[in-house]
Amino acid sequence: MTDSLTHDKASPAVLAAQARSRSSATAKAIQTPASTNAPLTCTGAQSLVKSLEAVGVDTVFGIPGGAILPAYDPLMDSPTVRHILVRHEQGAGHAAEGYAAATGRVGVCMATSGPGATNLVTALADAHMDSVPIVAITGQVPSAAIGTDAFQEADIRGITMPVTKHNYLVTNPDDIPRAIAEAFHIAGTGRPGPVLVDISKDALVRQTTFSWPPQIDLPGYRPVARPHGKQIREAARLMAAARRPIFYIGGGVIRARASEQLRQLVELTQIPLVTTLMARGAVPDSHPLHLGMPGMHGSVAAVTGLQKADLLIALGARFDDRVTGLLSTFAPHAKVIHADIDPAEISKNRLADVPIVGDCRDVIAELIEVITAEQAASGAAAYDDWQATVADWKATYPVGYTPAEDGVSPQYVIERIGALSGPEATYVAGVGQHQMWAAQFIQYSRPNSWINSGGLGTMGFSVPAAMGAKVAEPHRTVWSIDGDGCFQMTNQELATCVINDIPIKVAIINNSSLGMVRQWQTLFYNERYSNTDLHTSHNKVRVPDFVKLADAYGCEGIRVEAVDEVDAAIQRALDINDRPVVIDFVVHRDAMVWPMVPAGVSNDKIQIARGGAPLWERED
Amino acid sequence: MAKNTLSVLVENKPGVLARIAALFSRRGFNIDSLAVGPTEHPDISRMTVVVDVDELPLEQVTKQLNKLIEVLKVVELEPNASVQRQIVLVKVRADAANRSHIVETAELFRAKVIDVASDSLTIEATGKVEKIQALLGVLEPFGIRELVQSGIVAVGRGPRSITDRALRSA
Repeated sequence: MTDSLTHDKASPAVLAAQARSRSSATAKAIQTPASTNAPLTCTGAQSLVKSLEAVGVDTVFGIPGGAILPAYDPLMDSPTVRHILVRHEQGAGHAAEGYAAATGRVGVCMATSGPGATNLVTALADAHMDSVPIVAITGQVPSAAIGTDAFQEADIRGITMPVTKHNYLVTNPDDIPRAIAEAFHIAGTGRPGPVLVDISKDALVRQTTFSWPPQIDLPGYRPVARPHGKQIREAARLMAAARRPIFYIGGGVIRARASEQLRQLVELTQIPLVTTLMARGAVPDSHPLHLGMPGMHGSVAAVTGLQKADLLIALGARFDDRVTGLLSTFAPHAKVIHADIDPAEISKNRLADVPIVGDCRDVIAELIEVITAEQAASGAAAYDDWQATVADWKATYPVGYTPAEDGVSPQYVIERIGALSGPEATYVAGVGQHQMWAAQFIQYSRPNSWINSGGLGTMGFSVPAAMGAKVAEPHRTVWSIDGDGCFQMTNQELATCVINDIPIKVAIINNSSLGMVRQWQTLFYNERYSNTDLHTSHNKVRVPDFVKLADAYGCEGIRVEAVDEVDAAIQRALDINDRPVVIDFVVHRDAMVWPMVPAGVSNDKIQIARGGAPLWERED
Repeated sequence: MAKNTLSVLVENKPGVLARIAALFSRRGFNIDSLAVGPTEHPDISRMTVVVDVDELPLEQVTKQLNKLIEVLKVVELEPNASVQRQIVLVKVRADAANRSHIVETAELFRAKVIDVASDSLTIEATGKVEKIQALLGVLEPFGIRELVQSGIVAVGRGPRSITDRALRSA
């Protein structure tokens, strides 16, 4: 499989062409299993590959190894499943997440037992926190060896229990089609999430019969409840009676593909809205009622809008601590309508006055129906004063930054990437300052155009997730907006991108430090910078030199150190589509993310800059 | 904090107990008592869990349990509308002088002597938690050498069966 890759001097394009021809040359005329009703005698491994084909998998990110090896043999012959060999299993997991987040389809990753499987754990935990539908398939040591501390044995089912929606250990080959079908069903329905299927090596090797579809047996899984009509009517009543209502939009709206319905609901009610970090793009940022992102680094209008509201209409949001700040002081005057597909989220952190369990798309559709009828009968509620108030906050305290006097401002770089690449591009961030700036300074107008690690906050997410997003939607420009710290955690996947013709664009916002941690050290630790200097650009020390690193991988490497070089570099990156591009944006290291609500305090204490609070309290 | 008894019907599959125990541990819920066993349906096991939480966290426990794929049904058993029992085996120091006294005490609690040795008695008792505690209090002065308690098991009063209802809704 890898022989041709060891020949030197092969260009990325040639390698990619070889990869394509290899897979097509080995593709045999196999009837698609979906049309095969008669049971077929085969190995467990063949049954696995046929099951993946039957559920419609087109891409698997993974790395082979001893226990999963039997599966890789028939995988080589699959006419429909493309396997992309990554360089680290964590990369496979995040790539599957990027694939899923870009499209809503279930992403797939594969690894061997023991360390291969444990390397997936971070990505599984990440997908679990952010409700990303992925299926992980891992090899396990032969069933007779389970429990003996065999070579490369790890109890991955036990390890991943708390970070998966569900998981399986399969030791009987006859169970493989059912386990795969159930895994995809569970991952992709209800509140989406990761599912792991661990298959022992003997189950892959032994003979079995394959037939499709298998009988799914999930008596305890009832993922979707219809929204309760009484609660919908009560919600509509509260909305009509409120004077300062606000939509608190979470990532559930994106996962439910409810953006279009939500836009209608906003138009119908004329209620202002905020979109959380996970919901950027659910409603276009350009919408006049859009107050921006709430939370620790949210806009003044969004944070204050929630604080002063008398009614929160939370749709697919979960009252995360990064949004609420000190929970007991969050939105103190507000009643709460809370709609979520997961009943356990409702009243978990904040007691809901009107709980609605259901898919956001159904909930919004029914709200529209009830409110339309109400408006026809008794006219639309008017929130004129409130709309004027929030519009005033929005105009007075826009999210902005003071350009650096010398050097390049990171915010400017990100703003220009967004402006030059447009709303049809996909932006995938790592975690830290660059992530917050990318959430603040790119104008989003499309769901799934913003992909990031919200709940778990996984540094290293960006490059592999961007790779997965690009594989899922090759026609789109996909930017990995990354930090110099994050980039060094997973940049090995540039090799995967080069070899498999996945031309992502990486913007390293290089402030030569773990910038967000440094910001906290600046603000809360007397500027004692303990272990946050990464030596990746400050004082011209570059360990490593990211341009040389890009070059070593066969990517286009560009360095930007002056403001007037920014646009040209971004444009050059947009023009190059035959290989990945890495731009090393050397930026001002003292730039900080503002506004900010320090951890654990009330959102009323929002600061728009260091030592600077909004003025309205003095006006009051 | 109050003690609440939950009956949890689960699919009889390997790993289910670990899943539930892990859930309690991860979410920081305290388990007071846990008992697991098969039911009249071979595919269903029943767990009786006593948790020490207030009303709101209890709702969260129930919802989180319901999210587990292999959990079929969670029912809170109210003390007044259910029967709750525990079994205890207790080995008490006993000699010729006080043996008959101990046996008499056990009989007062409708407990049985199930093993006798020259210097000990083993008593089996079944009942509500309060009765068991009372028995142990009385036996304590004799010297308790070994004590084994089961988790609490509980069933709702009246003719209705939660297992039947779980099967119907499934």
